[in-house]
Amino acid sequence: MKATVQTEPRPATDARQEREFVSPEVNIFETKEGYVLEAEMPGVNKEGLEIMLEGNEITLIGHRKNEVVTGSPLFRERALADYRRIFELDPAIDTAKITAKMEQGVLTLTLPKSERVKPRKIKVD
Amino acid sequence: MNSLTRWQRPELSTWPGFGRLTDLRDEIDRLFESPLADLARTSQLLSGWTPALDLYEDKDNLFVKVELPGMTREEIDVSLHEGSLSISGERKSEQKHQDAEVYRAERFFGRFQRTVTLPTPVAAEKVKAQYQDGVLTITLPKTEEAKPKHIDVNVS
Repeated sequence: MKATVQTEPRPATDARQEREFVSPEVNIFETKEGYVLEAEMPGVNKEGLEIMLEGNEITLIGHRKNEVVTGSPLFRERALADYRRIFELDPAIDTAKITAKMEQGVLTLTLPKSERVKPRKIKVD
Repeated sequence: MNSLTRWQRPELSTWPGFGRLTDLRDEIDRLFESPLADLARTSQLLSGWTPALDLYEDKDNLFVKVELPGMTREEIDVSLHEGSLSISGERKSEQKHQDAEVYRAERFFGRFQRTVTLPTPVAAEKVKAQYQDGVLTITLPKTEEAKPKHIDVNVS
């Protein structure tokens, strides 16, 4: 029966925990209004998020909630490290207007372009 | 007329975007940070979406945790059949960005299924599942017969 669980002999102190961060998977779109960035951080809630802007770099960090796990692992695939990823920003982005939303482990960042660079129509009088 | 149409705003043409520069840097980061995660990613490309799954056990219960970010409860199916637990569902791609230019598409959309053979019998009617922060947690109480027993032996 045990064989189907595919547990590899692994020491109790998991090697994966020594690695500080894992890189979240992201989708990035550009629209006329700006960029949308979605990052997958399962196990992270609003309180565990850290978003830092420095110059034209944005750093996303997601701290996992401390999961209370009673019992011993039989089979583990999840990396329990925190998430981190850094992106360079388009200078056209109005950094003052960046907004973030966290829903079921997916962070959605909305990065609007500043009015100056948005395509616009010029009215002819 | 030609020169007018060819002209580009300098700031737009010089910015490398979320493109190559970030790419290279990410890839280097990745090489150092998570060689194993990369392997997992490669196998994902071949087999679709394989959400990461953990299985724990204590005296009374088995616990299964699956990472399913960005879904709704309705999109997740959990079923138990003769000692094997199946978690399946479909993550639908959102249509709202269809006219957008895609810079990165690392997230997987579509169907997934994971099946785990449980190491001990469980009480099917008492299984509970909870979905929070993109993690599905299933608690499966062991049947009375499967629980370790403590027998007091009177030593005379």
